[in-house]
Amino acid sequence: MPVAETDGLSAPYWAGLQQEKLLVQRCSRCKRWQFGPEWICHKCHAFDPDWVEVPAEGRIYSWERVWHPVHPALKGHCPYLAVLVELPHAGGLRMVGNLLGDPLQEVRIGAEVQGVFEHHPEASQPYTLLQWRCR
Amino acid sequence: MAQRTLKGRVAIVGIGETHYYKHGQSPDAEFKLALQAVLRACADAGLDPRHIDGFASYGDDRSEATRLASALGLPRLRSATMQWGGGGGGCCAAVANGAAAIATGQADCVVVFRSLAQGQHGRFGQASGAGAAAATISGERSYLAPYGVISPPQRFAMRVQRYMHDHGVRQEALRAIALASYHHAQNNPRAVMHGKPLDAAKYDASRWIVEPFHLFDCCMENDGAAALILMDAQRAADCAQKPVYLLGAAAGSGPRFGSFAHNSIEYASGNFGTVAPDLYRMAGVEPKDVGVVQAYDSFTGGVLMALAEHGFFPPEAANDFLVLDNLVAKGGRLPLNTSGGNLAECYVHGFELVLEAVRQVRGTSSNQAARNDVALVVGGPMVSPVSDLLLGSGDVL
Repeated sequence: MPVAETDGLSAPYWAGLQQEKLLVQRCSRCKRWQFGPEWICHKCHAFDPDWVEVPAEGRIYSWERVWHPVHPALKGHCPYLAVLVELPHAGGLRMVGNLLGDPLQEVRIGAEVQGVFEHHPEASQPYTLLQWRCR
Repeated sequence: MAQRTLKGRVAIVGIGETHYYKHGQSPDAEFKLALQAVLRACADAGLDPRHIDGFASYGDDRSEATRLASALGLPRLRSATMQWGGGGGGCCAAVANGAAAIATGQADCVVVFRSLAQGQHGRFGQASGAGAAAATISGERSYLAPYGVISPPQRFAMRVQRYMHDHGVRQEALRAIALASYHHAQNNPRAVMHGKPLDAAKYDASRWIVEPFHLFDCCMENDGAAALILMDAQRAADCAQKPVYLLGAAAGSGPRFGSFAHNSIEYASGNFGTVAPDLYRMAGVEPKDVGVVQAYDSFTGGVLMALAEHGFFPPEAANDFLVLDNLVAKGGRLPLNTSGGNLAECYVHGFELVLEAVRQVRGTSSNQAARNDVALVVGGPMVSPVSDLLLGSGDVL
């Protein structure tokens, strides 16, 4: 599977995951939360919003069960679950990840989930993904 | 200063399309398909192609205006516009951009078109070719693809899932949208799914692509091209066909709708909250005045959202409204996607929907709606920017 290219804008996010820290942007001037990252705060237009650590805990905002593989690397790995997780400790920002466990489990919008840092040290450029598990 | 509007200023005077193929089955290259569609639209209008002085398209169409003008030997090219982003969400905006060039005196005869040969250039629904081999990705996809959220149905299913959750919409509502498209395609010889009817049992038994989308909730992928010709309203009256006027046009996006990694403020939305009111305001009509709708159907769930956001029913009434009998051309309350659309006619990135709206206003559709003086086209739910068109006959100006 393709992995994220850590450009200047997203580098703190991906570096944080490797250290098991979930970092999101929060403007130091107006305190607005922001994700995906941008060079500017969308509320007050201060440049270079701060990166702050937030707990990797949230609630399922939406979900999908994928049955049809669209990438060669996914053949034989369907179905799998993708979830959109809302972070109540970060102003309701959302993150896309996979829901771990039985791919046929019943998924409930609103269910509490805990982040799981999934390390890929074997990759040519090691990286970490943020996955989720029901609490 | 004159009122700032496109209403009644510009008309569609010709339409044309290629044969519509399953993806990979066109014997002709994409650019050749574009040329065929342009010339057929000219023939329909009774117009010498050398009068064309502008092109407008969207979705990063590869058939560039400059190459088209050169290939056709045009005496001059005056307007060449491309609507940014949004995939099929630009299908109506491209028409508006071309019309704006005419209304402001920057061009006299603009072709609006989309050409798409997915066999030649690759499908949107499969990570193949160079894309599959890529080791890294950037931009929004970098937050999605590592988790297997890659193709369009995978990127839109969670918006629909949340919408269905919020408003209690059942799968049967999505099914009715698919059934309507296939129903109309059976009476449309152009349709790729002509002769391949769909019923509720076949829909229910079809495999999941990504829940809540069955196979038949997802559009086809095809090879084909479609084009139309715009002229100012006065000159349009001299053309071969009954002019079809622009009543209103609107495009755009709500606040931060495209914010990366599914952080739209209005997440469970087709993104017409700010666009639909602009459309109706310019046209001076209300939802009850609309007789027939072509709504961009990459996925049935987007049609559901788009219809609600254009005021045809409140979301809580979706299960009651979205039944096949209400959506068919013959006797339906709101005839929907009367050519078969992206689901069953041909996936020309929604441009086939614009052509069908023109046929409806002319009164020449193979699934003609009873009320056809005001026809709505909706482009690209759930993307940013989206766009809308209201077309109408001279009677409603």
